[in-house]
Amino acid sequence: MHINVQQENGVCRLQMEGELTIYHGQEIRDGLIDHLAANNEIEVDLGGVSEMDTAGFQLLLAAKREGTRLGKVVRFVSHSQAALELIDLYNMAAQFGDPLLIPARP
Amino acid sequence: MSMDQALQTYIEESRGLLEEMESILLRLETEPQDEDTVNAMFRAAHTIKGSAGLFGLDAIVSFTHVVENVLDKVRDGELLVNDALVELLLKCCDHIGLLVTIVAEAGQTLDAEQEATGEALAAALKSMIGGAGVLDATMPAVHEARLDASGGGQLEGDNWHLSLIFGRDVLKTGMDPTSFIRYLSTIGDIVSLVTDDSALPGLSELDPESCYLTFEIEFKSEADKQTIEAVFEFVQDDIKLRILPPPSHLAAFIDRIEHASGNTDMLGQLLIEAGILTSHELDGALSAQEDMMGQDSGTKLPIGEVLVKEGVVHKEIVDVALEKQRQIRDTKAQEAKFVRVSAEKLDELINLVGELVIAGAGASLQAQRSGDVALHESTSIVSGLVEEIRDGALKLRMVEIGETFNRFQRVVRDVSRELGKEIGLEISGAETELDKTVVEKIGDPLMHLVRNAMDHGIESAEARVAAGKAAKGTLRLNAYHDSGSIVIEVADDGGGLKKERILKKAAERGIISPGQSLSDSEIYNLIFEAGFSTADQVTNLSGRGVGMDVVKRNIQALRGTVDIESAEGRGTTVRIRLPLTLAIIDGFLVGVGKSAFVVPLDMVLECIELPETDRRAADTRNYVNLRGEVLPFVRLRDQFEVNAAAGKRENIVVVQYGGQKAGFVVDELMGEFQTVIKPLGNVFRHLRGISGSTILGTGEVALILDVPALVKLAVAREGQMTEKAA
Repeated sequence: MHINVQQENGVCRLQMEGELTIYHGQEIRDGLIDHLAANNEIEVDLGGVSEMDTAGFQLLLAAKREGTRLGKVVRFVSHSQAALELIDLYNMAAQFGDPLLIPARP
Repeated sequence: MSMDQALQTYIEESRGLLEEMESILLRLETEPQDEDTVNAMFRAAHTIKGSAGLFGLDAIVSFTHVVENVLDKVRDGELLVNDALVELLLKCCDHIGLLVTIVAEAGQTLDAEQEATGEALAAALKSMIGGAGVLDATMPAVHEARLDASGGGQLEGDNWHLSLIFGRDVLKTGMDPTSFIRYLSTIGDIVSLVTDDSALPGLSELDPESCYLTFEIEFKSEADKQTIEAVFEFVQDDIKLRILPPPSHLAAFIDRIEHASGNTDMLGQLLIEAGILTSHELDGALSAQEDMMGQDSGTKLPIGEVLVKEGVVHKEIVDVALEKQRQIRDTKAQEAKFVRVSAEKLDELINLVGELVIAGAGASLQAQRSGDVALHESTSIVSGLVEEIRDGALKLRMVEIGETFNRFQRVVRDVSRELGKEIGLEISGAETELDKTVVEKIGDPLMHLVRNAMDHGIESAEARVAAGKAAKGTLRLNAYHDSGSIVIEVADDGGGLKKERILKKAAERGIISPGQSLSDSEIYNLIFEAGFSTADQVTNLSGRGVGMDVVKRNIQALRGTVDIESAEGRGTTVRIRLPLTLAIIDGFLVGVGKSAFVVPLDMVLECIELPETDRRAADTRNYVNLRGEVLPFVRLRDQFEVNAAAGKRENIVVVQYGGQKAGFVVDELMGEFQTVIKPLGNVFRHLRGISGSTILGTGEVALILDVPALVKLAVAREGQMTEKAA
C-alpha cells in the first residue's frame, strides 16, 4: 500500500496504490487522520486500489463521516474496479455521495 | 410399519374420530356448547385431514378442510351452533366416512353423484362462514409460492429475510463478510441489501481490524433454510444470523408442521423436523432461554416465546407448532392408555391359556394321585394362578357394549325424523362387558330390532296421544349380566304385538295349523319365522318380512337365544341372551356311567339327591317336587344313551336358564372344572343338547351340555306329559 500525497490549490490529493485491506488498516487510518487534520479538502484517488476489503471499506466510510463532522470535504474519485465492486455489493454508493463512473456490465 | 398397515390404522382411527364427532354433534343438539367439546370436534377433523394429507388422499383433505374451517369459526365463537349446522355437520361426517371407505380403503374415486353431494355440502359449509373462509389461505398458498410476477421474477416481497450481525472480531479471523455475501449470491438472488453502519465509530476510535457493519438482506432463493444457513457455516461462531422464510413459505411450513410424524413432542424438534428451525438456531434459542431465566426470577420462558422474541421464527408458525405439539401429546396420552393389539395375537394367547388350563388340570390330577402333599399344594397354587391368568386373558377381549349402543343415537335420531315420529333413546347398562367377537356380530341384529321397534312398535304421535300416552316415544337399550350370559334388551313403549294378527298371518302363511293352541311367547316368537311380517305398510326401513328371521339366525350362531315379551298397548321388549365368552368357562363336572359332562357353572343353581321315591316314579314322570315347585328333569343317561347300569344313587343338578328351571339327573357330582371350549366338528352340528367338548386333565373328552336346549326339552316334555295325563 502506498499513498501519494499532492497539494494543489488547497486540496490535498491522496493517491492510493495497492491493497486497501485489513493488512494496512492501521497505516491507512493514521494517514487519513493526519491529512484530515491538516487539510480542509481531501480528494482521494482510488484508481490504483487493486483490492479492497471490509476493513478498507470501513475506513473510507469513517473518513467521509469524519470529514462531515469536522465540516471538511472528503471526496473519493476515479474508483477502481475493486472499490466499485465492494461499494456496489454493500449498496453504499448513496452514503458516499461521490459521483461514480459505473462501467457498463459485460 | 408398512404403508399399508399405516393406512389401515388411519382408516380405523378416522372411523373412531368420526364416531366421536358424531356423538359430540348429537350432544350439542341438546346441551349447550362448551369449549372442550367443540375443541375435541375440531381436533378430530383436523387429525383426519392431517393424516389424509400424509397418505396423499387429496379428496379427503380438501373436503375435511372446509369442515375444519367451519369448526374453527364455531370454536372462535363466530358461528353459533344451531340445528341446521348440526344437521349439516352430521351429513359432512357421513361424507367423510364415505370418503374414507371409498378413497382410503378401496382406493377408488367417488362417482359423480357422491362427488356432487360432497360439493353441495362444501358449498353449504362455505356459505355458513360466508365465502372462502379464513384458513383457506393456507391451502392454495402452497401453489401461489410458484407464482411468477410479470417481470419474470418471483413476486416482490416473497423473499427470505436474512439479517447478518457479524461479530467484531470476524475480520481478525481472516473472514470477510464480502465473501459470504458473494457466496450467498451463488445460491439465489440478493434482491436488496442494506448495510447498517450505525455502529461505525469515528475515525480516531475506529479499530481497523474490527467489523462494525451489519446487513439486512432480501434474498430470493429456492434453497431451504439449512442450505442458506450452511453458507455461513465458517463464521457461525462470529455471526448472529437470522433467517426468516418468505411469507409464502409460512403456509408450507404450517402444512409441514401439521403433517409432522409425531415422533417428538418437543417444540424445537418439531420445528426442526419441519425444516423451519435449524439445530444451530435451536441451540442458540435454548441458551437464550437460560439467559432470560437468569433475569426473570428463575421462571423459564417457553421456548416458543423465546424463538419469537429472538426473531428466529414467525409467531404464526409457533402457534401452529404449539397446537400440533398439544395434539401429539394428546395422542401420546391416549396411546399410553390403550395399546393396539391385533386380534390375532389375542386369540393366540387365549388358545395358549386354554392349553395351559388343560395341562394344569392334568398336573393337578397327577399330584392328587401321587398323594404327595407338598406337590399337591404347589399344584393348587399353580391352578389358582392359571385361573387368574385365564380370567385376565379373557377380560382382554371384553369390551363395553356402550360403544355399540351409542351408535344408535344417530340411528334413532335419523330414523325418527324420517318417520316423522318423536322418539327418544334411553341407554342403560352401557358398561356391561362382553366378548369383542360377540360385540362385532351383534351390531346388525340390533340394528334390525331398533329399526323395527321404531317403525312398527312405536305409534305415531297422534295415535299415542289418543291412547293417552306421551307424544314422544321411548326406545330403551339395556344390557346386564345374568347367569353367565349377557342379556341385551331392545324395548319400546309402543303398541305392542297384536296376537290375533300374528296368528292370522301365521295361519295364512301356513306356519301354524288353524286351531293350534299356542302360548303367548310361542305366538310372539312366530315373528321370527322367515317371511313373516305383520306390518300393514312396507316402508323402506323394515316390514319386508326379512330381518327378524335373520336376527334370530345371527343370534343363534352366537349360541344365543332371543325372545319377546309384549303387552298390547304398552310396548314390546326383545330380549337377546348371549354367552359371555366363546372360549373358556367355569364348568361343573358330572358323571353318568363312565362318561363325563360339563354344565356351565353359572347356570347351576343347586344339586340335590334324587330321592328313592322319585327314582322309582321317574319312569313314569319327568318331574320332581322341589320344595313345592314342579321341577322338570332330563335323565342324561337316557338322553345320551349311556350304556351303563345306574349307580346306587342319582343326583339332580338344578339349572336355570332364561327364567326356567330344570334338573339333570346324573350319577356322580365331580365338582368345578375350568373348561376350555373346543368346538364340535361339523359332523356333530346337528347334535342336540351338546354345545361343545373339552379335554379333562386325564386326557379324556367331556361333552359340554347345551343347557338352553336341554331346559327347553325338559320343559316341553313335562308340558306334553301333563297334557297327556290331562
